[in-house]
Amino acid sequence: MESHEQVRRLLWLMELEPITGVRNLHPAYSSILIKFDATNLWHEELEQILRGYLERMEKVALTEPRLVEIPVCYDGEYGPDLKDVAELHEITTAQAIALHSSTEYIVYFLGFAPGFAYLGELPKALVTPRLAMPRRSVPVGSVGIAGSQTGVYPIATPGGWRLLGRTPLKMFQSARAEMSLLSIGDRVRFVPISREQFSKLELQNA
Amino acid sequence: MSLIEVRAPGLLTTVQDLGREGFGTMGVSPSGAADPIALRIGNRLVGNSEGTAGLEMTLLGGTFFFREPAVVALTGSDFAPTLGAGPLESWCSVEIPPGQTLQLGPTRGGARCYLCVRGGIDVKLFLGSASTHLLSGLGGFEGRLLRKGDVLKVGRASESFRTFRRRNLARRALEKLAPRKVLRVTAGPQSDWFSEEAQKKFYAGAYRVTEESNRMGLRLEGTAIPSAAGGEMLSEGVSLGAVQITAGGLPIILFVEQQTTGGYPKIANVISADLSSLGQLRPRDEIRFELVEMETARALLVEQEKLLASKELILE
Repeated sequence: MESHEQVRRLLWLMELEPITGVRNLHPAYSSILIKFDATNLWHEELEQILRGYLERMEKVALTEPRLVEIPVCYDGEYGPDLKDVAELHEITTAQAIALHSSTEYIVYFLGFAPGFAYLGELPKALVTPRLAMPRRSVPVGSVGIAGSQTGVYPIATPGGWRLLGRTPLKMFQSARAEMSLLSIGDRVRFVPISREQFSKLELQNA
Repeated sequence: MSLIEVRAPGLLTTVQDLGREGFGTMGVSPSGAADPIALRIGNRLVGNSEGTAGLEMTLLGGTFFFREPAVVALTGSDFAPTLGAGPLESWCSVEIPPGQTLQLGPTRGGARCYLCVRGGIDVKLFLGSASTHLLSGLGGFEGRLLRKGDVLKVGRASESFRTFRRRNLARRALEKLAPRKVLRVTAGPQSDWFSEEAQKKFYAGAYRVTEESNRMGLRLEGTAIPSAAGGEMLSEGVSLGAVQITAGGLPIILFVEQQTTGGYPKIANVISADLSSLGQLRPRDEIRFELVEMETARALLVEQEKLLASKELILE
């Protein structure tokens, strides 16, 4: 949690005062990968500038995080691994759903694919390893868990996370002003919905 | 407006420019040409700015019908191009008369060939770039591979068509920029997770590019190296050309459509000057890794960029 705030502080400074020659930033749990043009900026120069940012970092006041609610249908084929996960932890599927949807998660960062947010931490009673054999294709909107993380697949892709449910919301849409539904630092809560509500919302979002 | 009809798309043809940098915080990777040097030179040959969108073909080229006259250049690998009945030269600008068909075949060299057109391929930009990102279906021509029957719009050229002058790439430059099979790498962020023995194996071994390789990553087979000592690692940002060692001990080189973060330890990173070479690797190609210092990597990049910017590169 503490390192996450540090990541956000440094990211905030780097976005507010961009460094000439820096081309891309990839924040993660406790690091930021900085991609820069090595023909115009030397390693040592960049390091020195960054040391200056690190010194000022503590003074950065982060804004209050937004809370985003994501409706999830945990029913039947939407959550193909829900039963297995519940059995692994010797709880009922209803308890597994309650655990997953009663926690407020932090968006640690976005990575892997456009709009894919790494959320944590899962309640201890739900912490589950990845599937031994990843699926060839995970349907778009699938809500999965892996280790102590949870997340929503923004596109149909191969994937090894265990799927508990599915959301009708679009996590990433290039035609939308805010392309990615989630940004680093947001708080997320999953709200259980019925099949009927899922279909209704899916139509509204189409 | 000038149009190009796709009569045959080839195996895997997409619209690419030099990619979209700066959206890592959204999980969007840059994408862009797999062999950016070939695209940049192609654009210069036809009088475009370097980063103009062109077509990237993979292993087997397409067939394109030009309704209107055009100026084009083919760069990258030799895909046996013909115009009408005759063969066509690569690495130079060519005038195409209206109603002609440009046909490309299977590669006679590396994996990719670029078709650059004066004015560029005109598609709707996504985050400032025309590059296709296939996995997420974003950018390029409807976010996908070209299909038979697609009609591509050619952008407006700044120079008048009448001023056509034949331009070609200097032979010496072509030799200097030739794709490499010995890839130079710098030590990766987790290189010290690997034992001395593991490192030795990695640099001594020959690796083969597998069929599962694509624009996301090049999967290699060969000497498996003992896994890292550090165990499970936290996901972190990963860079283009990063050489990840998977649980089975085999390397994956992250490529242009890479995921932006990953959790495998990285033993090495292909240097910037050799990234274009990755774009020309074909399945079953054999490669090796050679470790260089960061300073050498930087000097090689500066030298390469100097050559690409030099007046002697393009001959008129």
